[in-house]
Amino acid sequence: MLNPEFKKNLLRLLAENARRPLEDMADRLETTPEKVADAITELEEANEIVGYCALIDESVLPEAAVKAIIEIKIRPEREGGFDRIARRLSKFPQVTSLYLMSGGFDLMAEVRGATLNDVAMFVSSKLATIDGVLSTATHFLLKKYKEAGKLYEEEETNERLQVTP
Amino acid sequence: MSDCKSPRNFVSEHIDILPKSGIRKFFDIVSTMKDVISLSVGEPDFVTPWTIRESALFSLEKGRTSYTSNLGTLSLRKAVCDYLAQDYGVEYDPKSECLITVGVSEALDLVIRAITAPGDEIIFHEPCYVSYVPEIRMAHGVPVSVNTYEKNAFALDPDDLEKAITPKTKAILLNFPCNPTGAVLTYEQTRRIAEIACKYDLLVIADDIYSELTYGERTPCIATFPGMRERTVLLHGFSKAFAMTGFRIGYACGPRKVIDAMMKIHQYTMLCASVTAQDAAEEALKNGRPVMASMRQEYLERRNVIVKGFNEIGLPCLNPNGAFYVFPNITSTGMSSQDFAVELLKRKSVAVVPGDAFGECGSGYIRCSYATSMEGIREALKRIGDFVKEIKAEQK
Repeated sequence: MLNPEFKKNLLRLLAENARRPLEDMADRLETTPEKVADAITELEEANEIVGYCALIDESVLPEAAVKAIIEIKIRPEREGGFDRIARRLSKFPQVTSLYLMSGGFDLMAEVRGATLNDVAMFVSSKLATIDGVLSTATHFLLKKYKEAGKLYEEEETNERLQVTP
Repeated sequence: MSDCKSPRNFVSEHIDILPKSGIRKFFDIVSTMKDVISLSVGEPDFVTPWTIRESALFSLEKGRTSYTSNLGTLSLRKAVCDYLAQDYGVEYDPKSECLITVGVSEALDLVIRAITAPGDEIIFHEPCYVSYVPEIRMAHGVPVSVNTYEKNAFALDPDDLEKAITPKTKAILLNFPCNPTGAVLTYEQTRRIAEIACKYDLLVIADDIYSELTYGERTPCIATFPGMRERTVLLHGFSKAFAMTGFRIGYACGPRKVIDAMMKIHQYTMLCASVTAQDAAEEALKNGRPVMASMRQEYLERRNVIVKGFNEIGLPCLNPNGAFYVFPNITSTGMSSQDFAVELLKRKSVAVVPGDAFGECGSGYIRCSYATSMEGIREALKRIGDFVKEIKAEQK
């Protein structure tokens, strides 16, 4: 069992930047790199760390250059609720995120494709036609300002005085 | 024009003999150099949290650009008093016991001028913030320093304090967590200092500007000890905890009579603090605390890194529980603090502040601020390590 305070701080550090050197995390949290490595393995095995990825400028990746948010209304099923349809939707590689939502619709999917047409075709031919899907509304993303806590345009930094009391 | 005399020295003697800040001297050297990594900065490297900046903008948008009450807006004073009651366990009346000032610097000036008659002694601990001695001198008071030592983790020893008291002593000025040492007081030390203040009927001026930046358990505010609320003036502000140095906003809370006297000086010299800054400060207290907590966590992690780094280099460094400074001991290099800082700057372009800029007993130490990025800290440590190796090799 990891110390809860240590676990919280370690997860926070990794969530901010998963590529930190083990030594950096160890120094910050007053422990050794070995202990940090063991803790990370433990968290991965417990599925508390599900995976790692980089936040990228998608325009450099042609196959994922277009992104859309799809609002999906579905008919919940006796016993299965929303889960069966959600699992089915989530298996499509084009669906990069999927959330069950409160409010005016049920599922929110993030869908990626190479062109507007690719995304539109995927939604109309695959998502909308699944039995139980009542309606979809597609919103194409035009510009990304911030994602996962990171700004895509850095704030201007002001020069501080080099020496102050 | 033959009657025109050559101008005499118009500057009054007590100001003329006042030395310039040791930090300032150092700044003049640093400012001529390029690509310096600075560990000499006494302000957060974070920009003010957005929710606070956004409130300042909104305040301007609404056209709030006039004077406020001399004491400050009542809503900010209420927010301050609620905050102190909740976080520090000491209650003040926002209408008569709280004064909003232009930073803690102004609050300190006001309280010292309000209480000091010529010849009154004010005790403070060294090494300390650079403005204490000049502030007391400018008010025609007599600064009486009590040294603090590395062996006591730079905390003020109550016995040493008691020895410095004379019939002319008026007040004790405390600054824990301390700039430049990062030292904090224990519960027991605070309790004994409170007892001494009561025994000798002294006022305590508590410069608590760094108190949110305490790592681990925070020592209770001295005003909460028996008999202390009526003899403590609490000085606090937004600069450090909320990264608002440029807003210049602080406050003083204390017994009505002293606050009233401070208000008179403030009224005639400053009128009021900037209304934009006051509105921003109110937002800081209402919604800025989560961001403050995350900044504190980042400082704590940097402290862990810098303390380990200095000890590995062979410059013994305590693990201070407050502020964002470490005060490593450099005597093993055989150099004076001034020489160490100047040579380090010349050879490795790393700026640190010589410890004796904060009082004679700071010699043999340097002040390093960890209010700079982790990359900067790591690079500075590497360069300081190389520098110490070079120095030791040259001495052989």
